[in-house]
Amino acid sequence: MSDLRDWTIASAADALTKGETSSVELTDAFIEAIEANRSLNAFITETPELARHRAAESDARRASGDAKGPMDGVPIAMKDLFCTEGVRTTAASHILDNFVPTYESTVSGKLRDAGAVMLGKTNLDEFAMGSANITSYFGSVKNPWTPEGANADLVPGGSSGGSVAAVAGGLAIAATGTDTGGSIRQPASFTGLVGMKPTYGRCSRWGTIAFASSLDQAGPLTRTVEDAAIMLQAMAGHDPKDSTSLPIDLPDFRSACTTDVKGLRVGIPDEYTLDSMPAEIQKLWDQGAQWFKGMGAEVKPVTLPHTKYALPAYYIVAPAEASSNLSRYDGVRYGLRVPGDSLDEMYELTRGEGFGEEVQRRVLIGAYVLSAGYYDAYYVKAQKVRTLIAQDFKKAFADVDVILTPTAPSAAFAKGEKMDDPIAMYLNDVFTVPASLAGLPAISVPGGLDANGLPLGLQLITRVCQEETLFRAASALEAAANFTARPGDAS
Amino acid sequence: MSLTKDDVRKIAFLARIRVPEERLEPMAGELNNIVGWVEQLAEVNTDGVEPMTSVVETETPLRADVITQRAISDKILANAPDGEGSFFAVPKVVE
Repeated sequence: MSDLRDWTIASAADALTKGETSSVELTDAFIEAIEANRSLNAFITETPELARHRAAESDARRASGDAKGPMDGVPIAMKDLFCTEGVRTTAASHILDNFVPTYESTVSGKLRDAGAVMLGKTNLDEFAMGSANITSYFGSVKNPWTPEGANADLVPGGSSGGSVAAVAGGLAIAATGTDTGGSIRQPASFTGLVGMKPTYGRCSRWGTIAFASSLDQAGPLTRTVEDAAIMLQAMAGHDPKDSTSLPIDLPDFRSACTTDVKGLRVGIPDEYTLDSMPAEIQKLWDQGAQWFKGMGAEVKPVTLPHTKYALPAYYIVAPAEASSNLSRYDGVRYGLRVPGDSLDEMYELTRGEGFGEEVQRRVLIGAYVLSAGYYDAYYVKAQKVRTLIAQDFKKAFADVDVILTPTAPSAAFAKGEKMDDPIAMYLNDVFTVPASLAGLPAISVPGGLDANGLPLGLQLITRVCQEETLFRAASALEAAANFTARPGDAS
Repeated sequence: MSLTKDDVRKIAFLARIRVPEERLEPMAGELNNIVGWVEQLAEVNTDGVEPMTSVVETETPLRADVITQRAISDKILANAPDGEGSFFAVPKVVE
């Protein structure tokens, strides 16, 4: 089969409908690619037999005229944070490395019901805590992109690093991700993909292993904006089992993917200019604004005065919620147990051995900021700052329809960089965290390459529940950028 | 405010994570870096600002108060590290 990276969800759906290929044929090709590219370490658990079985079911449905829609028969990868019935689900943690759920998460179940073929469970940062996919118990993930003229292994970004490596490397047509502070958008930017975080509550969190419940959102990682729309349609929707899932009907996302942005008001936030940012990122951002102008959009400056405080607020709220969520890993009901003489000792030894360094650090920070005497000074303060950040966006969106920013302050970096200093690593998410704190939908679209031939993404943010506006603007940006580069092109 | 080695020991117990003695001091350093950095929030004026409690303003729907799942104890126990009958087993807690 030709270059597997040519496939999109839309083109696969089309080929399947016309009978030009079968789901089994497609699935087999991707299984072969996965087996040939294990050096990327994109998957924690491969599920080839399950995939072939579901592909055969899809082909049978199609043969009898019961094909379900554009996801039916399409081979995808599943981030190993979504519980999958009968398939080991680890969150890339030692503490869950033997956990086999007896239930299916709502998001993975919806994709299964739409006919998507799951190829396996992808690697991630442990409990989705990280921006480089270097904290996984199952080893780091390699970015399929390499810098021009050099032989360094680059990180794929994180936490959805295995998902983006799988799609960018041609091991799946699309993949699921989750985004708490940028874990879909930043890795998409590092690998030349489209990564979309919908409005908080669009996708049910039920059965998705929790990191920070007021921030966690699932979303698609795809090659095109249209694919993101198709896949989100299958993943999203109200779920009675998640009380924060939005009880509203879904619009037709795919039909929103027009490139007509005439009169669209695009805001450029002053505060997103960083001194430390490479000139090429500033240049690409300026270019993005020019593209929108050229297509008839109105580009104007906006101000988001509390941007600077988003990251520190996030690093109080997210660890606080994580310390509470991760208290369930106690060696009693599931997962690892390290025996101890008392119940407390059993807890301490289990969690001391089961959690990696970064997870421990965040749980400890969370326990500290929630502890007696500090709760108001840290947690309540951070939640107040969060209100101010949401208000900043609300005011800006009185003047503009979307906000355009870079997705990340750098291109993919080498493994080993930024590893000694947690805060330097946290700064990766400086442009993605504000929208997360405000619950806003945001998307990263590949914009171009830097001087080393590495992809750079641009981010669009819009109002709550205005995903259609986002898909329209992103489709226009995608058309203007015309990003066709692929890993390995340059070297 | 700066965290000491003893503070870390106390927090680690609150979080029920065994941090080896030789890691307490370095961990105090790492946590102090992070806490020192987030403390810049103190400079933000938040007088009269309500803390965020709901990310997206929406009504929470009520569901019917009925049992939807029953007799699934075998599924619940399927991943238990230790169990007896339909119970989870833990180290002895009462002398």
